Amino acid sequence: MIKLQNVTKIYKNSIHALQDATLDIDAGDIFGIIGKSGAGKSTMLKMIGLLERPDAGRIEILGQDVTDFSGTAANTVKKQMGTVFQGFNLLMQRNVEKNIAFPLELIKADKTYINQRVSELAGLVDLTDKLKAYPAQLSGGQKQRVAIARALATNPKILLCDEPTSALDSFTTGEILRLLRDINTKLGITIIIITHEIGVIRAITKRMAVLSEGRVVELGQTADIIANPQHSMTKLLLNVEKNLDGEE
Amino acid sequence: MENLWITFAAFWPTLFDGLVDTMYMTFASVTIAYALGLPMGVMLVATGPDGLMPNRPANKILGMVVNTGRSIPFIILIVLLIPITRIIVGTTIGSTAAIVPLVIAAAPFVARMVEAALSELDAGVIDAAKSMGAGNFQIIRKVMLPESIPSLVRGLAITTINLISLSAMAGAVGAGGLGRIAIRYGYQRFQTDLMLITVVFIVAIVAIVQLVLNVLAAKIDRKII
Repeated sequence: MIKLQNVTKIYKNSIHALQDATLDIDAGDIFGIIGKSGAGKSTMLKMIGLLERPDAGRIEILGQDVTDFSGTAANTVKKQMGTVFQGFNLLMQRNVEKNIAFPLELIKADKTYINQRVSELAGLVDLTDKLKAYPAQLSGGQKQRVAIARALATNPKILLCDEPTSALDSFTTGEILRLLRDINTKLGITIIIITHEIGVIRAITKRMAVLSEGRVVELGQTADIIANPQHSMTKLLLNVEKNLDGEE
Repeated sequence: MENLWITFAAFWPTLFDGLVDTMYMTFASVTIAYALGLPMGVMLVATGPDGLMPNRPANKILGMVVNTGRSIPFIILIVLLIPITRIIVGTTIGSTAAIVPLVIAAAPFVARMVEAALSELDAGVIDAAKSMGAGNFQIIRKVMLPESIPSLVRGLAITTINLISLSAMAGAVGAGGLGRIAIRYGYQRFQTDLMLITVVFIVAIVAIVQLVLNVLAAKIDRKII
């Protein structure tokens, strides 16, 4: 479904954001990408989301080589993906209903279809009674549910989640992760989550990749990697969790 | 006080005409200044280093045009534009003629106001639109402008008030309006009472514009609840 082959991205300040990164994500998977800040997670998600192009390597999405896609070609592929952000990134001057409808307006969908789709999605994320509310009136968890509904509006095949729970408390995190798992089960959408929290990876991903200094240092089944971490970064990330648990 | 009232009653028709002229000049020049300044402000943001279509030369040139327009003192601008005003309006006297320099003075100001309003916008919202495959024009029309409307309305209040005061200055060199009345009667004929009444009129218009637009901006801003 998604393949990255030897992808390298170097920024102007000659920082190697990604180096020779290779991974593949299967259709219907919940795939986690973990690493510390600056490990290259966001860059990787931007590559998959076609917001940036690699300096070397090859990217395949939905069976298409998209490495050199830009402009309209890139926009066509982007419309088959939805993105959920850490900061929600909702339109503050639009109510919940209009936020969910936004991607459908962009593709000039029919009004009747938009209304029907919005109420479907509001039901899915359990916000039917908040359709007329504005983002400023919602809690963090509710805002993220609006963002998820919006990301699903155009029936994407892939849902990209950029630290979707980092701005939320642990209770709300659980709620959002359960919602993502339900969406994956019910709709069969491939979900990619980037996070720095191993708890998130452990809770819902089936496969995972560990990034360190722009390199994929570990890749495989989440259960296997957590049970038997090979790379020092993986061990470090697991240890941070353990230490935090010990402090409680 | 009684004298003021007698003067007001005697000059009411003149004052009313002046009021209408001031409103006409202000409304027309605000409208045309936004028609020119809004796209300029959008382009300033869009071509900026973090904009949708970064373009250094275009951004520099546009910035220079705006800065030049803003740095010419208004009274000099009126004189400077006399030939152009004559071509466009056919005369350099009267309220319609004053609209030309008013627009030229206000458009760069509007461009900076719009630029400031759009720059306040959270970059994450634009990222979200990009991730959905929105084109640049769609982002401007459906994200940047609607999300900035409360800020734009506050800018509109400042621009309008600026233009009311500039239109009074234009009264010194042949334009109509309340400024003309204040200068003709107050300065040239020493009728201080009439000048005072004119000033009260201008202050009242400014206060009303400020109040109405500020209330409107607060009312439509969904960020503050």
